[in-house]
Amino acid sequence: MSDLLEDVQRELWAPAGIDQRDVEKLLERLSNRAINLGELFFQHQRAESWMLEDEIVKEGSFSVDRGVGVRAVSGEKTGFAYTEDINLNALRSATEAARSIARAGQNRQVAASQPVKADRMYPLGDPIDSLSEEAKVALLQRIDQAARAEDPRVKEVSVRLSASHETMLVVASDGTLGADMRPLVRMDVSVIVAHKGRRERGFAGGGGRSSLSRVADDDFALGLAKEAVRSALVNLEAAAAPAGAMTVVLGPGWPGVLLHEAVGHGLEGDFNRKGSSAFANRIGEQVASTLCTVVDDGSIHGRRGSLSLDDEGTVSQETVLIENGILRGYLQDKLNARLMNTQSTGNGRRQSYAHVPMPRMTNTFMRAGEHDPEEIIASVKKGIYAVNFGGGQVDITSGQFVFSATEAYLIENGRVTRPIKGATLIGSGPEVMTRISMVGNDLKLDEGVGVCGKDGQTIPVGVGQPTLKIDEVTVGGTQA
Amino acid sequence: MTDGKLAKDNPHSSIDLRESVLTLKNLVADILEEAVSQGASAAEVSASEDVGLSVTVRKGELETVEFNQDRGFGITVYFGQRKGSASTSDSSRSAIARTVRAAANIARYTQADSCNGLAEPELMPETLADLDLYHPWNTDAQAAEALALTCEAAGLNHDSRIVNSDGAQVSTQQSSRVYGNSHGFIGHYLGTRHGMSCMFIAEDENGMQRDHWYTTARDPSLLESPEAVGEEAGRRSVARLSPRKVPTGNFPVIFCPQMSAGLVGHFLAAVSGGSLYRKASFLLDSLGSAVMSHHLSLIEEPHLPKQIGSAGFDGDGVATWDKTFVSNGVVANYVLSSYSARRLGMETTGNAGGVFNVTLKGNEKPFAELLGTMGEGFYVTELMGQGVNGVTGDYSRDASGFWVENGELAYPVDGLTIASNLKDMLQDIQWLGDDLDSRGNVRTPSVLVGTMTVASN
Repeated sequence: MSDLLEDVQRELWAPAGIDQRDVEKLLERLSNRAINLGELFFQHQRAESWMLEDEIVKEGSFSVDRGVGVRAVSGEKTGFAYTEDINLNALRSATEAARSIARAGQNRQVAASQPVKADRMYPLGDPIDSLSEEAKVALLQRIDQAARAEDPRVKEVSVRLSASHETMLVVASDGTLGADMRPLVRMDVSVIVAHKGRRERGFAGGGGRSSLSRVADDDFALGLAKEAVRSALVNLEAAAAPAGAMTVVLGPGWPGVLLHEAVGHGLEGDFNRKGSSAFANRIGEQVASTLCTVVDDGSIHGRRGSLSLDDEGTVSQETVLIENGILRGYLQDKLNARLMNTQSTGNGRRQSYAHVPMPRMTNTFMRAGEHDPEEIIASVKKGIYAVNFGGGQVDITSGQFVFSATEAYLIENGRVTRPIKGATLIGSGPEVMTRISMVGNDLKLDEGVGVCGKDGQTIPVGVGQPTLKIDEVTVGGTQA
Repeated sequence: MTDGKLAKDNPHSSIDLRESVLTLKNLVADILEEAVSQGASAAEVSASEDVGLSVTVRKGELETVEFNQDRGFGITVYFGQRKGSASTSDSSRSAIARTVRAAANIARYTQADSCNGLAEPELMPETLADLDLYHPWNTDAQAAEALALTCEAAGLNHDSRIVNSDGAQVSTQQSSRVYGNSHGFIGHYLGTRHGMSCMFIAEDENGMQRDHWYTTARDPSLLESPEAVGEEAGRRSVARLSPRKVPTGNFPVIFCPQMSAGLVGHFLAAVSGGSLYRKASFLLDSLGSAVMSHHLSLIEEPHLPKQIGSAGFDGDGVATWDKTFVSNGVVANYVLSSYSARRLGMETTGNAGGVFNVTLKGNEKPFAELLGTMGEGFYVTELMGQGVNGVTGDYSRDASGFWVENGELAYPVDGLTIASNLKDMLQDIQWLGDDLDSRGNVRTPSVLVGTMTVASN
């Protein structure tokens, strides 16, 4: 990693004439009060996006954002300030503001910096430069043409291509010296279809931490166009959804948003330290059916939620949250881990230098089970098969969660029959997890479109699961 | 806490954004000049500066102190009818040239769109009225902490079933906005926004529930007292304890003012230019049609003094004016920017970037009578999830609140969904309450919708 570290220092420090000694002085200044952790987070991010609509590439935008976040943690208290100017004066001023949180206290030793060694989970290069402008424009046009060629009922197509590259460097009084370069790319295709007075939307998207070649590949890109059209056409035929409690089978992949909402957020360390989660103080207890093993894993190559190291410089890992139904662990950042007498799990993440880190998910999924997906559907006499979702939300205190199906079908006598309109599925996380009665052998991770929001901060995440059968979920249709 | 040094350490307390307005305006002028010198046929620039402080306490102790200070600008350049945009948080001289170059480079590859371009110059305001939006709060982290502690204590002492706190927060923000374009228009406005909020967790033998309350205003003297905010948050958390379920069926539904603002938001999204020209709306070709109950009107008043949504010009630099979006149930205006207006062959409504102080009006009665009129049904105080399809109007969301029996609030309920179609819901708004919530940009009272499908397990 030493080459990467040097490159990052050259990019973030050298233009401002900052060196290791300057940063150590700032950390010493941060640490001469009753402070457990002093931290400087340097970041530089470039982002670009292109948008096609009305058959032309009509918009493009490019942005550069850079700055430094300075944090002082004292017990449960956090002082935080940031600056968009990377220079010593601005850093000193932010340092003074951040340290004002703590009482005067004994001077703590700043640990000698130890470069963090982490396996690289993605290529380092800037994806914006991995494809020429001409090729980007041509790619969007190919997708547009493919979507329109797919079916005459396609009336509108919009396509967005986004790429960004983040360079980060975190230095902390506990000796952390971590650097990373993180590419992120994404393609979104949205279509409107109309037929006989009905109108519906379809969507497909995907991406990850890679160069643009991943989304520029024709199989992938034109596949998104096909998928967006297919899902829109299904909804053109959809009938009103039923209302009330019923058996629900969830398809593999993106429906794993269930886990993200029903258990993921409730297992974040801050909520459990504060006792505000429905899962607080339940480690070792049965919180899901014995078929369920749920993990969070930032160390999967190239995934949207992956990180080589987190924003606090902790190396990414696989964390088992629920094992055979038993609650095993929480997702931790440094602050919450220290207060709960445990170690960070590499889940300290922040939207940017201008935001404080919190325990957040990376890629959260359920491990595969034993059942053939067809066998699962065949076991349902009457129910719903939901294969795609818009998104979800959870109240971590009551455990009540919601997620909204965008593609779903009725199951009648063990067979998938008619499509039904997108309906909201709701339940209590702890209750629903105990009602999972079959787990498929078809684990799939999502295509790479997840965005997670918490306390006003958004970050990219991944989800996944095999086909699942849940014995009773409330379906919010209109057919009472 | 505290050691008395906070105020001195606070980089925010001494800042007055009035002093940097001229700098920001000069920056915008410089960027426009750079764009023209790089060959752009037209350009527009938005620049902003924000500074603020936010203090959170939890369980009687200081938890976080966050100082924010943001600057940035974004530019759109036009080369004929091709355009490109770029933005940065770096306002150094070299960054200006670099950013304009990045936007110009994008414009080399985008394709001509005959609707592109600035708004017509005669639409820019000649003078800008003072909307009285800038009221800096002469406070510091210590004083904010004291207020937050008072707020939290008022809630914690409200009821012994309040077992935990998710914290009380006090924040103050100042912002400065400048928009300029190559017609020669440069407009600016300064604003402040202050707030106090808190959230509690109540618990009984049937589990935990949480709720919150907040106050927000441009002028700190208009904030509710910390005691009132804390007590209301506490009262709301306790009221939700031991929720019950109800059988699945069709019932009337009252949306509390905070939730009915969401309904109006769905309407506004459906009549906004972007949804209309993309044909992604359940209200296509609705201008002049009755889409709401005949007693309802939706008015926009961009120039109200001290209001959150007030502004003298929109995101295109177009002067804003009072108008109605809905008059006696009929769509009177769409919500249009100059681009979306051109796409639809219409005129801009001065709504680039959104609406400004929208209020729902109609037949109203006191809230107690609203419950009486409903008889039995669902009073919704919270909604979760994204189950709103803007193309079809299909609506299905998670809801919690209170069950109403014999015209009175009977008991809390949760784990319910409410479903219908927005087209039907808007036509079926029978009454409004007299409890208008004017804190936000979309100002609504409670609304009574005649019937929706309520589902539970």
